[in-house]
Amino acid sequence: MTNSNSNIQLDKHGRLKHFLTIEGLDRNLLLDILNYAESFSGVGERAVKKVPLLRGKTIANLFFEPSTRTRTTFELAAKRLSADVLSLNITHSATKKGESLLDTLRTLEAMHCDMFVVRHADSGAAHFIAANVAPGISVINGGDGRHAHPTQAMLDMFTIRKHKGDFAPLRVAIVGDIMHSRVARSEIHALSILGANEIRVIGPRTLIPKDIQTLGVHVYHDLEKGLQDVDVVVMLRLQHERMCSALLPGESEYFNLYGLTEKRLSVAKPDVIVMHPGPINRGVEIDSQVADGKRSVILQQVSHGIAVRMAVMAMAMGNLSNLDIEDADADSH
Amino acid sequence: MRTVIKHGRIVDPANKLDKVADLFIENGSIAAIGKAPSGFKPDHTIDAKNRIVCPGLVDLSARLREPGQEYKATIASETFAAASAGITSICCPPDTSPVIDTSAVAELIHQRALQANKAKVYCLGALTSRLESKTLTSMHALKTAGCVGVSNGYAGIRDAAVLRRALEYAATCGLVVHLFCEDEGLRNEGVVHEGMMSVRLGLPGIPETAETVAVSRALLLIEQTGTKVHFCRISSARSLQLIAQAKQQGLPVTADVGITHLYLTEIDLAGFNSLCHVRPPLRTDRDRDELRKALATGTLDAICSDHQPHDEDAKASPFGLTQPGASTLDVLLSLSLQLVQDKTLDTQTVFAALTVNPARIAGINAGHLGQGTPADVSIIDPELVWKAEKESLTSAGKNCPFLGWEMTGKVTHTLLDGNLVYEYKNKK
Repeated sequence: MTNSNSNIQLDKHGRLKHFLTIEGLDRNLLLDILNYAESFSGVGERAVKKVPLLRGKTIANLFFEPSTRTRTTFELAAKRLSADVLSLNITHSATKKGESLLDTLRTLEAMHCDMFVVRHADSGAAHFIAANVAPGISVINGGDGRHAHPTQAMLDMFTIRKHKGDFAPLRVAIVGDIMHSRVARSEIHALSILGANEIRVIGPRTLIPKDIQTLGVHVYHDLEKGLQDVDVVVMLRLQHERMCSALLPGESEYFNLYGLTEKRLSVAKPDVIVMHPGPINRGVEIDSQVADGKRSVILQQVSHGIAVRMAVMAMAMGNLSNLDIEDADADSH
Repeated sequence: MRTVIKHGRIVDPANKLDKVADLFIENGSIAAIGKAPSGFKPDHTIDAKNRIVCPGLVDLSARLREPGQEYKATIASETFAAASAGITSICCPPDTSPVIDTSAVAELIHQRALQANKAKVYCLGALTSRLESKTLTSMHALKTAGCVGVSNGYAGIRDAAVLRRALEYAATCGLVVHLFCEDEGLRNEGVVHEGMMSVRLGLPGIPETAETVAVSRALLLIEQTGTKVHFCRISSARSLQLIAQAKQQGLPVTADVGITHLYLTEIDLAGFNSLCHVRPPLRTDRDRDELRKALATGTLDAICSDHQPHDEDAKASPFGLTQPGASTLDVLLSLSLQLVQDKTLDTQTVFAALTVNPARIAGINAGHLGQGTPADVSIIDPELVWKAEKESLTSAGKNCPFLGWEMTGKVTHTLLDGNLVYEYKNKK
């Protein structure tokens, strides 16, 4: 049994202990993540791509669900912090043999890991693990079911800030399968905590969850209306299996209604940026012209992912007090 | 053996009683209330000053986990828990393993309950074989074996023709159908109420219509077949409107609510609290408030525990992978009394919903203190304060969403057929 959504994430001094969800965190903590990420963002461009912050620490990537992009960026982030990294694809081993999640945890604890990065197909899995691990271990949520993907949301915030500076005047539209998207949920919380002017979600009624307005968003079912005057567009990946479950008739109809094209983008602000958590489905939710066009920042998102994940890992391990700015901050801004 | 319970406040809604009087028991039956029968010499006297004396509670749904899941609980462990909570009659749903779809299973359960001798256990037979919603069970044989109703448990009946035939056949056998209403298609993969918490937690939602569509369909078939149906575990305000309308129309329907749904709502899911993973799902504040009101208006007839004891592992997983159900036998009475203390409901309404109404639905001679009826009696100290904790729960299932709650009111004595089967011992 776990208590409130957010408390479990913070230690008794209010510092980040686990990073499970954006909901309930305060603005300053999110800004800290962005600022530390800024100071780490130069590390990858140096000849020696490492800082010694987590030397001697062991980080286990526990991926109960397949992922390439998130797992590799977490792995790189950990290595650039000089930690030892263990990547386990658990879908193919333990759970298949009937071992419970708790058994798996106990086994890994016995290996004296300091941090678990967890991706799991069930909402609440990261909370469950954080509530049950040995006291010294930090848990970072690498995506749980439809619930949360907080590091993805923070790297998107990082990307937005790079391009737009301040969040206050921004109108942001999140387009597509909101219902099944942990990225959408985490972004909505992050944008609202960082004070964005307006958050819109756009999609067919079948993919917009009931009561989403309670998160402080405006709902649009018409893409053109929803894109009017927005500064940022976040496109979500549409999974093929949605066609089979009577949520959508087919991909071409979806593209006709909600696919992002240059023409549709023309109603947005002239300096609009287009984001996508990847991997993209060209011709389903986004036209190649847009994905590869000058407004697209999709590839930048990936490289920002490493810096943001370095920041979150270092913060959760409490090792930023000895952050050597000279060493880490080779390239400021 | 003769027993007298002296100076208690006798609360017996069936006989519209609420007065301080003595209760006399002889040969396992109620002999008199008030004045002693002539020549009555008690072998045993219980002082019930400042206590409530009421009929033993009748619980329309408690899973005892035997046969099939004895690692969770047993008939012996749960009937003892029932006795310690003032419950003397229990209806056991058919989803045991094997399912109660033959007289042999019903007889086994009755036999084990008789051996334990802590509470009376009545089986609800399966409506369809193996609860597969395809073929009908031998309902007459089940009735002969002591089943007091038939039910399909949580298993939905997709084919409306099967439901129609099952209703018709149950009526032929003179059995009440206990129907849990949830449309399987609308429920889909849902695990919590579809609303503001399902959005926040990213958990698949069960829309209110999963219940209302199933209730509506059942009502139309009841109208057609005239079968007596008891709606189990109503969770939404909208269903209450449908049932109220049906009652007004004169349809032979009754309905109950689980105690958990009279207190908790979707908000209690915060932090993925798997103890609040129950079926039907906890819904909104408004639903909770309307469920309480419906007891006062008579739309709901009974409060049941909907007791579902689990082992620790059943709740030790990410939310969606945990098993639904709460262990509630221990808290049914105290939480019900709290509704009186909070002036949400009056004493007669609450006790009727725990005694005579469920007894009538089950068609058993219990839930009242009429002369000559079996002396199943509970004595309650309404002031006794206790805390729900794993250690203080008598049930083998510790999966109680009310752990940590302070409760006021506790049973001090439970009598089954005039015999003392539970007595509270103050550990201090």
